[in-house]
This record gives sequence, C-alpha cells and structure tokens, in this order.
Amino acid sequence: MSLKIVVLIKQVPDITRVKFDAERGRIDRSSAEAEINPFDLNALEAAVQVKEKLGGTVVAISMGPQNAAVALRDALARGADEAILLEDNKFAGADTLATSYTLAGAIKKLGNFDIIFCGEKTVDGDTGQVGAEVAEFLQVPHLYYVSKVKEVKEDKIVVVSEMEEASYVVECEFPVLVSVTKDVNKPRLPTLREKLKAMKAEIKIWHAENLTDIINLSNVGYAGSPTVVSKVVVPKEKGREGKVFKEINEGIKVVLEELAKKGLI
Amino acid sequence: MPYRKIMILAEQRGGKIHPISFELLGKGREIANKLGAELSAVILGNNIAREDLMELIYYGADKVYSYNHPVFEYPDVIQYKHNIVKLIQEERPEIFLFGATNFGRSLAPRVAASVKTGLTADCIDLQVDENEELIQIRPAFVGNILAHIKTKTRPIMSTIRYNVMKKNERNSTREGMIVEMKTEIAETKTPRLIGKEGEKKINITDAKIVVAGGRGLGSQEGFKLLKELADLLGGVVGASRVAVDEGWIGKEHQVGFSGNTVKPRLYIACGISGAPQHLAGMKDSEIIVAINSDPSAPIHRIADYSIIGDLYQVVPLMIKEIKAIRGE
Ligand SMILES: Cc1cc2nc3c(=O)[nH]c(=O)nc-3n(C[C@H](O)[C@H](O)[C@H](O)COP(=O)(O)OP(=O)(O)OC[C@H]3O[C@@H](n4cnc5c(N)ncnc54)[C@H](O)[C@@H]3O)c2cc1C
Ligand SMILES: Nc1ncnc2c1ncn2[C@@H]1O[C@H](COP(=O)(O)O)[C@@H](O)[C@H]1O
Repeated sequence: MSLKIVVLIKQVPDITRVKFDAERGRIDRSSAEAEINPFDLNALEAAVQVKEKLGGTVVAISMGPQNAAVALRDALARGADEAILLEDNKFAGADTLATSYTLAGAIKKLGNFDIIFCGEKTVDGDTGQVGAEVAEFLQVPHLYYVSKVKEVKEDKIVVVSEMEEASYVVECEFPVLVSVTKDVNKPRLPTLREKLKAMKAEIKIWHAENLTDIINLSNVGYAGSPTVVSKVVVPKEKGREGKVFKEINEGIKVVLEELAKKGLI
Repeated sequence: MPYRKIMILAEQRGGKIHPISFELLGKGREIANKLGAELSAVILGNNIAREDLMELIYYGADKVYSYNHPVFEYPDVIQYKHNIVKLIQEERPEIFLFGATNFGRSLAPRVAASVKTGLTADCIDLQVDENEELIQIRPAFVGNILAHIKTKTRPIMSTIRYNVMKKNERNSTREGMIVEMKTEIAETKTPRLIGKEGEKKINITDAKIVVAGGRGLGSQEGFKLLKELADLLGGVVGASRVAVDEGWIGKEHQVGFSGNTVKPRLYIACGISGAPQHLAGMKDSEIIVAINSDPSAPIHRIADYSIIGDLYQVVPLMIKEIKAIRGE
C-alpha cells in the first residue's frame, strides 16, 4: 500500500513584515522575505504525517514565479518527496478560478492521487477558495476547515470539520481534498541535514506548454480570470477618541462614564 | 433585454434560517431595486416550515426557491452544489450571493468552479456604479486595504461577511411566491457525517460586548478575571491568537485574521498588543478600550480609550466600580 498525496503550497510575503505601497496600491514584495504560506505548513505537516503512518509519497505543487522554488525547497526539507513548480508568464495574474484550474490540470497530469491537502487560506490572496475550486475541477469531494485528522486508513480519512454551530466528524473515501486550519497540527522544523539534502534535490518546472494536453490556455492567468481588481483604496480609519490615560483611576472613571452614557453598563 | 435576476442562498441550520440570509436579502433588495431586477432566495432544507419561508419574503425576496429533502439536513456541499448549479443553468441569474460562513465559503467556490464564473470572497460591501456594474468590495492584505472587484462572467458571485450588511425592516404585508423545487440527488460519492464533537456554546460574532485577552494575561487563570467582567457587562470573552495557542482558551474565542471577525458595540482589549492580524478582526468595533502596560503598543493607535497599566490592577478596579455604580 502506498498512498499518493499532493500538497498545494503557495509562496507568500512574510505578512508581519511586508510593507504596503499605498500610492501604487500594491504590496511591496521586495520589503519582506518570501515564505511558505503559514497555513500551508499545516497542510504539508498533515501530508507528511499520513505518509509516515501508511507509506506513500508526498508531492508538493506550487504555482508561482521562478523564485517560488525556494518555498518548494523548504517543503522538501520538511518532508515532501517531490516538488513541482508551475511557472509561466501565461499563468501570471491568475485569480482563484484560473489558479485552481491550473493546479487541477497539473494534478491530473500527475495521474491518480488519494489525498490532496491544502491550507485554509493564503495570507496574501486570503480567499480560501482555491481548495474547493480545485476539488470541483477534479470532481472529487472536499473536506473543509479541518481542525483534526482523527484517522487515516488505506482507503479513507476521518476528520473533524469546523462549522460555526458544531464540529462535525466526517468520513470520506479517497480520492478527496482536505483543507486544514492551523489547529490541525504543529508543523515541524526541518533539521540541518534535511535542509542540505533539499538544497540538492530537483524541483521540476512545468511550463504552460507541458500542460497543453490537459488544460486550455485561454483559461489560465490573467486572461482566464473572470475577476478583476478595478481599484484599491486605503480605508479611512474610523475617527477614534484616542484618549490615553496614564493614571488608572482617572482612566477607569472616564471610560465608565462614557460607557454609561452609551447605555453599555 | 432579458429579465434580470438576483439570487441569494438562504442558509439554514437544523431547520432554522441563519440570520446572514436576511442580511443578504437586505443588500440584494437594494441592488435589485437599482437594477430593476427580481430578487429570489434559494433555500435547501428538510421540512422547513412554511412560516419560515414566508419570512424570506417579508425581508425582501420576490420569490423563494424551496428544496425539501432529507439530504439537506447535514450541510452536504455536493448535494447543495448539484441543485444550485442546475438552478443557475435554468434561471440564469446575473448575481448570486452567499454568506461567508464556513459552509458558504465551502460551497460557493464549488458552485463557481462548476459554472466557471468569478467568485469574490468575504465582501464587506456591494455597490452599483454609474454603468450599472456591480462593484464588490473586500478587505485585502490583512485588512489594510480595500479592493474593488468587478466580475466579467455571469453570474457574478460573492460571499458576504456576516454582520456587516443591514437587513430590511420585516414587512409582513409583502407578497411573494414560493416555488417548490424538485431535489435531484447527485449520484456521486459524498463525505459522510458520522458524529458531532461538542456543540459550540459561544457565538462571539454576534456579541454586543467582547472582553478580550492576550499574552499579557500570562495564564489561563487570567481569563477567569475577564469572564467576570464580561459576565457583568453581558458580553463574551475574546482572545488573541497567542492566548489560544497557549491553550488558555478555546479557538472559538479567537478574534482576528485566522479567527473570528467581530463588530461589537464595545471591545475591551486586555494585554493585547494590536498586531495587524488581530486588528483585522476587531477594528470596526464601535468603541475600543485598550488596557495595556506598554504605552507604545499599536493597539492604542486604534483605541478610543487607552488605559496604560497592569490589567491585573485595572480590570478588578473596573469590576468594583461597575458594581458600585449599579449599587451592588
Ligand atoms: C498567518 C497569521 C495569522 C494570524 N492570525 C491571528 C488572529 O487571527 N488573531 C490574533 O490575535 N493574532 C493572529 N496572528 C498573530 C499576531 O501576529 C500576533 O502574534 C498576536 O496577535 C499577538 O498576540 P498578543 O497581542 O496577545 O501578544 P503580544 O503581541 O505578545 O502582546 C502582549 C501585550 O500584552 C501587554 N502586557 C503584558 N503584560 C501585561 C499586563 N500585566 N497588563 C497589561 N498589559 C500587559 C504587553 O505590553 C503586550 O503589548 C496571526 C499571525 C499570522 C502570521
Ligand atoms: N498559487 C498557488 N499554488 C499552490 N497552491 C495554492 C496557490 N494558491 C492557493 N493555493 C492553495 O490553496 C489554499 C487556499 O488559497 P486561497 O484561496 O488563495 O486563500 C492555500 O492555502 C494553498 O494550499
């Protein structure tokens, strides 16, 4: 028995450091280092744990610019066996539909798979849509907001899926796509030895031409994206009182008076 | 020109209509009026009472497409998708709105990918511009910017954040039509529900008052103090991600980018520094009170009232004062 596991990872700017260029309405990607989308580390860890338990291979796939290979190398150091980068100018400017279409195409090219893991959302795109759209393009079920993998067997997985009103325990046969939240596990850190090994490992690069037997190139990248950003605005912050109290008793008194006026206490 | 149609998904849980549905109807009505379009609510459930379906009309729907089948008891994305996609293909709506609940966020992308249309996530506003085009507004970059998004394909689809759109006044004289739909079962493999792990008791997104704690609490014990203040005010306890990660409190209390978005009338942040990911989930609160010993903490920049001090001094004093004011 050997499971075939796919993990979708995206390289994103370190969101705690990256600066925003308000004038040009763009993220200044040069202002911070790129890293694996934090939620995708959980997806990768989940994949590696399944492999360790039942055997199999983990293939990390990312669509992004050439330097996204760095994120894939990191994924190899953290336990992925193979890495594929989907890189082409034609893929650039993709919205979630075009991204999912392209990722699904690459997965079809890989052939059969049992589980696809992805993250809850990306810190830059922040839509949380790509996973479910990939699942739809591949015509497989998906399990969303998965906070716990309870059991994996050779042909099925049992997870806890978080909905607002309750945590549902759900079971699904393979193939299936599983989108995880950060609660699902604690991602491991790669050891130095693994890092060195990953430096030498091969990262496969697939361009648009490698996928033309599977995907229609008019559906990828900017051209294949139905949504367009027409404008970006920096929201006006709500006018705040901004009263600062260094003296506790005075602060409490004023705050409670204000809250009383508003009928809040 | 063909008749213009706008649809919203009316979500139900356990047979009860989720409040987001009425918010979607509020916004949907506004857009429908501007575009001269028909507004309908689509509801998939098991034996939803007719009075409840009527509520959708009272809150703005012209038509209710009602699917009645036991498969909809559990939020089964595949069965929902199958029927909604069929309805879209038959009725050709121009706009389809979903609530950005976990279920809505899980379902809408599958519908969008199936009909190959654009989907805009987590919108906080929708506007119609001078060319009668729909502008979808959503926060991006951890809430630091707002992106205006247009969609080239039809239907234009978006998920709409809970608690931001206004519902209309209920009008029980409004008339509309209930269309009983025939459910089609997708003959594919779908995930099976095999159990539930604990119903969630707190609903922080609906709370009018949130008393939140972060790393500054230092321990699980600290949340007892915050709970006391929250109970006194009739509010609920919130938390930063650090506090949740430390295991001091459950994830359902987390506020921020990877937690819940809240918009209470009052948010009291205790021992929270105000990282962008935290602010993303609470900065639209009506009144923000920050209690933090570090005068340079970023939370103070968005607070209405900042008390610079040790929360273990401030909070007990506040509790005492409130009791005194109430004559307890
Ligand atoms: C992808 C991603 C998603 C994230 N999502 C979220 C999210 O959803 N929600 C979230 O909150 N964070 C989130 N974070 C984490 C976020 O970046 C911060 O790390 C976190 O919000 C900090 O929590 P804190 O304010 O409790 O802790 P700290 O930043 O350590 O702040 C503690 C504060 O307490 C004050 N303090 C200490 N002792 C006392 C005392 N006795 N009395 C008064 N004040 C005291 C200190 O002065 C300090 O300002 C996310 C990060 C990433 C990368
Ligand atoms: N360009 C990409 N390459 C690989 N995986 C991606 C890409 N974009 C999104 N994903 C995956 O889809 C998840 C949800 O992303 P998003 O819909 O952008 O918030 C991420 O956590 C990743 O697992």
